[in-house]
Parts: sequence; structure tokens; C-alpha cells
Amino acid sequence: MSLLTEPVGVSHFLVVGAVMFVTGAICMATKRNALGILMGIELVLNGANINFVAFGSKYLREESLGLDGQLIALFVIVLAAAEAAVALAIALSFYNNHTTIDVDQADELKG
Amino acid sequence: MDIAVVLSWLLGLAVLLPLGSFVLIFLFGNHMGKGGKQASVCATGAILSSCVLSLIALVIWLNHHPPVGHGGHGDHGDAAVSTDGETSESDVGTDGETSESDVGTDGETSESDSHHGDAHHGDAHHGDAHHGDDHGHHHAEPPPSYFREVYTLGDFGTGQRISISVYIDTLTICMFCMVTLIATCIHFYASGYMHDELEGEEYVDHEVTMDDGSHLHRPGRYHRFFQALSLFCFSMLGLVLSGNIAMTFVFWELVGICSYFLIGFYVERHSASTAANKAFIVNRVGDFGMIIGLMALWGSLGTFSFGGDDGIFAQVRSPKNEYALQTPDGMVRAAAHEQVAEVVMAQGQDATPEQIQAAVAAKIPEWRDAETSGVAGGYGHWLMIIAGVGIFCGCVGKSAQFPIHVWLPDAMEGPTPVSALVHSATMVAAGVFLVARFFPVFTPEVLFVIALVGTVTLFLAATIAITATDIKRVLAYSTVSQLGYMMLALGLGGWLAGVMHLFTHAFFKSLLFMCSGSVIHAVHTNEMTEMGGLRKKMPWTAYTMLIGCLAIAGAGLPFAITIGHDYYGFGFSGYYSKDAIVEQALSFRNTNPAWGNVFFLAAAGGAAITAFYMFRLWYLTFAGTPRDQKRYDHAHESPPVMYRPLILLSVLAIGVAWGPVQGIVFGLIGLFCFGAFYLISRSKGTAEDHHLPANPLLVSAGISGLVLVIGLIWTTPSLGDINLGNLLEQARPAGTLPTEEAALFGMTWPNEHDSHEAPIRVPATWIAFLTAFGGFFMATMFYGLRKLDAAEAQRAFSPIHKFLLNKWWFDELYDYIFIRPCHVVSGWIAKFDRTWIDGFVDSLAWVTRVFAGYWERIADQTLVDGFVNGIAAITYRCGASLRRIQTGNLRQYVMFIVVGTVVVFALASFWRYALAQ
Repeated sequence: MSLLTEPVGVSHFLVVGAVMFVTGAICMATKRNALGILMGIELVLNGANINFVAFGSKYLREESLGLDGQLIALFVIVLAAAEAAVALAIALSFYNNHTTIDVDQADELKG
Repeated sequence: MDIAVVLSWLLGLAVLLPLGSFVLIFLFGNHMGKGGKQASVCATGAILSSCVLSLIALVIWLNHHPPVGHGGHGDHGDAAVSTDGETSESDVGTDGETSESDVGTDGETSESDSHHGDAHHGDAHHGDAHHGDDHGHHHAEPPPSYFREVYTLGDFGTGQRISISVYIDTLTICMFCMVTLIATCIHFYASGYMHDELEGEEYVDHEVTMDDGSHLHRPGRYHRFFQALSLFCFSMLGLVLSGNIAMTFVFWELVGICSYFLIGFYVERHSASTAANKAFIVNRVGDFGMIIGLMALWGSLGTFSFGGDDGIFAQVRSPKNEYALQTPDGMVRAAAHEQVAEVVMAQGQDATPEQIQAAVAAKIPEWRDAETSGVAGGYGHWLMIIAGVGIFCGCVGKSAQFPIHVWLPDAMEGPTPVSALVHSATMVAAGVFLVARFFPVFTPEVLFVIALVGTVTLFLAATIAITATDIKRVLAYSTVSQLGYMMLALGLGGWLAGVMHLFTHAFFKSLLFMCSGSVIHAVHTNEMTEMGGLRKKMPWTAYTMLIGCLAIAGAGLPFAITIGHDYYGFGFSGYYSKDAIVEQALSFRNTNPAWGNVFFLAAAGGAAITAFYMFRLWYLTFAGTPRDQKRYDHAHESPPVMYRPLILLSVLAIGVAWGPVQGIVFGLIGLFCFGAFYLISRSKGTAEDHHLPANPLLVSAGISGLVLVIGLIWTTPSLGDINLGNLLEQARPAGTLPTEEAALFGMTWPNEHDSHEAPIRVPATWIAFLTAFGGFFMATMFYGLRKLDAAEAQRAFSPIHKFLLNKWWFDELYDYIFIRPCHVVSGWIAKFDRTWIDGFVDSLAWVTRVFAGYWERIADQTLVDGFVNGIAAITYRCGASLRRIQTGNLRQYVMFIVVGTVVVFALASFWRYALAQ
């Protein structure tokens, strides 16, 4: 029995979430452009969100998290929005100072 | 309520009030008005309240124990206190037991006999020489006294215990009244005298010159003075009230330290601080002996208490033995310890403790007796002597007797109110008081020592007083001499004479001191050579001082009053007490011619010298022409707060030994005279005018005196018998009146009442009168009328004069005997200290230092420092290496997170699935 043959359930959502998460993580680790990294973060967060939503859905699973899962997902979205606002502000400021948003140039926090 | 409880509360409160005042001033003295002005109010209020309480106690006492005339000896009326009623009953039943003294005392005998009842009266003529042995029976009744143990301090199991207790008898009550009355006067006086000390921050001591030639400026110490005065009153009153010798000793030392504070009040003056040290150290010499006496008592008797069934008095003069002096069992056992050991050994091992004790007790009478024991005086007699002489040593120190009298004249460095309180009336009186209190314990041998010491002191101090020119020193030596008188009287068995002189002397000597203080206050010098003619400037002081001089000289008219077939002298208070002493000396001389002559000559000669130096003092100070015009012009009468106490004290100095009848009559005359004098001085305007309008003191003193006298009349059934002599007679220790024989040498101590018999009394009175008059006459010739030239007499007797002027070379003698050798030995010891002890200590320090240097290098620098530095180095290196990881590269951080997460996950899985199963 494989994922392709059985009806859509929690496992399918988890696969999609895992793919998104890994994609995001790789994106964060490899992009030199700050905006690319921000996108990777969004991917990671949303990958996690998919998992929460899947675990919170009554239709997919009998003993679901219920509303808790949906709420956490909403909370993460708000968090992501706030985080994106701050991060973009940092990026803009950084560009103003260095005329670039290459994160490899931003090593001033080196110990 | 029980009278003992009432009295102990009253007197206890009277003791504690000055203590409260001391604590208040000690804590808040700085906040009591400007310069501590209110401190005097606090202290004076406390002592005044004590005085009132004491007088109340006196009235209560008189109400319960009315004194009786000399014939009575408390035979009636004291049933409530008397512990053995049988004695008086047996007196009635047995023929011939009445003592001679019923016959002997003239005048009052007839009065008091009527109180006696018929049985006594019938026996009265039986007394004659062969009944001498029976003296004890008639007087074998304890004086009314109350002994209360308030609190037990320590109980050592075998009947040995120390407690806080009070012993109240007539002597206690009278001492309380005397001390508080004089102290109150002196507090008032001092609040005027110490006025200079109120100057806040800027008191200038003109007697202290600093290095730069200026006088010492220091803050005033007004409240400190009253603080010490309060503490002093507390200790003196506590001393009088204490019911055991241990408490007495504690208060004794408190009195000593207070006198140290007060003598050294002007501590910046070298002479004052030296005098304070001298007084303190010399007193320690006496106290050393006292401690030995205390040890002898405690070690053998196991008690310090005066009263009670197992107290010292009861053990030494047991009621079972008719209060005759007897070596107590404890002392016999302690002295005969070898015999006790033999008896115990003879009892064998099987004997019970009770059997052993009974066997020892059975042998005690045998050991005690001089003949059966084969020891002079019997076993334990020497222990009694040691205890008695030891206690007397303390009294010698406190009462400034030869050979340690040297501190008292120097103690005049203190302010004059202190001299009046501490060194005339109360502190030095403590020594005499203790001798009087301990009188039942003294064996005839000890009494002989006391009489001898008193004689030497009396003569020595009186001769020095002749040549002294410092007004206070004359009075100081006079005090020493009068204390010698008291000791002499007590030593000759004249208990009443000595104690009575203690009281009369207290009043007139404090009066004299305060008068001299008033003079010093006015002329700012102590030297009589710079005074003269002052009576015009300061009449109050001059004439009150004249009264004091008359009183101390014993002025009176012998046989002036005739009642029936008896005639009485009439005079100042000193007349009565001094006559009593001379009478007792003459009585003693009749029984013991050899030593008696010495004692009698000293007593009679002392009376002459006393009159001489006192009037010399008065003439030099107040009569004649001013010898220093500048000082004379500056002089002025003291403020009322200072001379009013003088008036009160002079009234007492005249009449303290009188009975109430004389008191009322002559008191009114005296008041009238003072009033007249006051009006005259007012009309002349010699005294300070602004003080004169309205003299509330005379009015209030008159009223209160009358009220007091009326109160006494009202409370007392036998009015005629109240006087100081009869009152004190009531306190005579049981069994001390009868004739006593010394065990170790052949001397007899006569019955004191015998000295009032006509064959002794008449010559003694005339001798005392004529010697005193002779002294007065000589002083008048030399200094009053100047018919004889004092300077010429000085030249004629120049070696003697020099000898006396240098106070018999006592200070120099002690300097050679004690101080110089002490310095030499101290020099040796200091040298030893510097060379050997210092060398040893220094070398020890050097060794320690060297060792410490090595040890520091090894242990501290290498081990401890190495450890601490090593840890620091490791931490530093760790930090430096970890620093490299923190690159600041964002992507790298993400890689770390991811890889780290994966690694943690892998490890967790590995743990869960591989290792755990």
C-alpha cells in the first residue's frame, strides 16, 4: 500500500509539509540574497502550518487537535507577517548602509 | 500590715529613689535644661523624698518601739519583737538578777523604774559587785530588730546561702534619717555652690594652667556632679540597710567608687586626680583586710547574714547562752580540724554521718573552752579575732584611721559639698557604722585593737590640725580625729557613746564643712592666712560656723539643770556625746589602770586640742582684721540656697541630742533668736539685700519642726524618754552591755551604764569641760585676743611645729616605705621586661616572620596562586577557541541549526531504538 493508492489523509499533508520545510531550509542555507532567505523562512513556517492544519482537521483524523491546530496556524501566520515586516525593515536599512543585501557581507556580529 | 514589711518597703524605696535619680541623670543629663540645670532638681527631689520616707519610718518606729530611759533597757513594750519572752519573766521570778545599772543610772532611774513594775523595782537595790556576773541576764534581750530576706541570690545546699536582705533596727532608722537629712541639705547647698558649672561649654578652671599659659576651658559638669551625688546617696543608704555583710561589702565598694568620682571631680587638676587615686588605692588596703575577715566568717560560719536564727549575731551571741560572747561552733570546728579528724577516725567506717556529727558536736564545748582544750582562748578564738580585726581593717580604711588615714585630708580636693557629705558625715561614718553594727562579733581583743587605733588616730590627727592653715584641711584632720574618738569609744565598750558621737558629729561636721565651703566660695582661697574679719561680711556663715565650733568642742554647762536630787548638764549636741566618751574612758581606766590611763589621757587631751584648733580656725577666718584686703573686699555672703541649709544644720548641731522637752523650749528660743538676728541683719542691710524680703525658710522650718515635734508627742506614750541617747540605746546589740574579760590578756571592759554613775560621771564631766575650756582659752589668747604670739610659739617649738606641719612625715614615710621601693622594684621589673620578655617576644616574632615568608612562597604563590591562575587560563582558552565558531555568517548559522537538529534527532533515535532495547 502506497500513498498514491490510498485516499487523501494526514500522511499526504505531512509529505507536502515536509517537502516545503526542507525546501525552505535549503533555501535559507544557500541563498545569499536576504530576500531569498526571507522566502525560505516563509516556506519553513508554512510547511509547519500545513502540519498543524492537517492535525487540526476533523475530516482527516478522528482524534484531531481540533481548533487548537487551526489557532496555532493562524498565530504562526501573524508571527510570520510581523517577522517579515521587521526583517524587510532590517534588509532595507542594511541596503541603505551597504548598497547590497548579500548576507555574506553582513558578518559584523562575528565574535 | 506587718511593720517589718512596711519599714522595709519605706526604707527600700528611700534607697532606690536616689538610684532612680542617678539613672535619669545618667541617661538624660544632657537634656535637663541649660547646662543640665534640672539635674539638681531631680537629685534633690529624690533625696528629699528619701528623707521624708525615713522620717515617716522613724515615726512609725517610735510608735511601735517607744524608747525608754536608761534604767529600762527595753524591758517592756516590745513583746511583738522580742524573740524570747522567757528572759524577762525569769528576771521577775529570780531574786538578785537585776543588774547594777538600775542603781547606777541616776536621775532617769526613778522615772523608768515606774514603768518597770514592782518586781523590778523591788530588786533594784540588790545590784552590787558580786552580782557582776549576772549582768547579762537583765539585758539579755535582743534589741528590737527586723531581718527580712528579700531574695535568695545563691543557695549552696549545706545551709550556706547568700541573699538580698534587710536588717532594720533603731540604728538603721537613725542612720537613714541622719544621712538623708544631711544629704538633702547638701544637695540644696550644692545646687548653689556648683553654680559655676552651669556655664555650658565655657567653664574656666582657674586652677589648671595649660601649656600655653591659658586656663583650661571645658564644658560644665553640673549634672555629672549630681549624678555622682545621687549614686553616692544610694550606696550609702544601701550600706546602712543591707542585712548581710556581703551586701554591705558591695555597697561599701560602691561608696568607695563614688567618692573616687567625686574627689576627682576636677579631674583636670593634677592634685585632684592624684587625691582620687590615693583615696581609692588606700581604701583597697583596708578592703583587703575586710575580705580576709569575710572569708573567715564565710568559711567557718557559712553565712553572711546579720540577723535570723542562723545569722552571725545569733551564732556568736546565742540566745541559749544568754547572748554572751561565745566562739561559734563553726569556728571551733574550723580551728580544731585536726581533733575533728581524730574523732571522725575514731568513729570507724560503719558510723553514719549523724553519729559522726553527734560525736563532733559533743566534743565542741570541750574544744571551745580554754582550759580543757589547752589552747589560749580555746579553739576558734583566734579565728574570731581574725574575723573581727579583718572587718575592722575595712573600717580603718573607710573611716581614715591610723595608719591609713592619709587619704582623707587629700580628698579635700573635691568640691566642698562633697567634702561635707562624703568626708565628714556619711562615707567615713560608714566605717564607724560597721564597727557599731558588728560590735557583737568583736572579742575584747579586737576591741582593744580598735581602741588603740582610735587613740593613735585621735591624737595624731588632732595635733596635725593645730598647724594646718588650709581651712578644709583643718576640718579634714578634725574629722579624722573625731572618728578616732568614736573608734576609741567603741573600743572601750562604749557602744552608745561612740554611736552617739557618730550622729552628733555628722551634723556639726557637715555644718562646719558647708560653712567653710561658703567661705571658700566667697574669698576663692582655702588659706586661712589670707582671711580674717569675715564675720562682718558674711554673718550667717560666721555665726552658724561658731555654732558648729561650739558643738564640736562640746560646749555646755555641766550640772546646770537640777531636777530633784539629780543634776544634768545642758549644752550643744557634742557636749553629750563627748562627755559620754570621756566617761567611758574614765570608767575603763578605773578597771584597767595601765592602758586605761593612755586612753583616758588621749580622750581628755583630744578634747582640749579639738577646742583649740576649732576656735583657732574660727578666729583666723572670721575675727580680727582682714589679712588680705583684696579678698576681703571681694567677699560676700553666700546666696540663700547655700546659707539656709546651714541654719537647719546648726539647729540640729545644737539640739540633735536633746529630748523633745528641751527641743520644744530651746527650739522656740532658737527660732526666736534666728528671727531676731535676721531682722537685725536686715535692718543693717549687711547681708545681700535682694535676698532678704520674705524668708519662707524660717517660717516653713518652724512650722514643719513644730508639726514634727507635735507628731512625736502624739505618737509616743512616754514623752520624756525620747532623745538620741535613749533611741540608740534601744539598738544596743544584745549582750554587749555586761562586763567582759579578755581571754588572752587581763583586761576588763566595764559595763557602759556604770560610766553614768556619779563617781565616774562627775569627774569625767568636769575634766571634759575644763580641758575643752582650756583649749578654747588658749585659742582665744593666741588668736582671739592676741595676748600671746602664735609666731613666737612656733619659733619656740620649731621642731615640733615642723613635725606637725609635715603631718608627722606620714606621706614621706609611706613614700620611703612603700612608694620608693615599689618604684625601684618596678624599675627592675621594667628592665627585665624590656630585655628578656621583649627580647623573647621579638625573637619569636622574627622567627614567625621568616617562616611566614617561606611558607608564603611555597603555599601561597605556588599552590594557591597556581590553581587559581590555571583555572583562569583554561577558561580563557576555551572562550578563545569557541569564539571562532561565531563567524557572523547567517547562512552558516542556518546550516548549524539544521545539522544540529538532525544530529540531535539522530542521536535521540539512536538512543531510543538501538541502545535502550
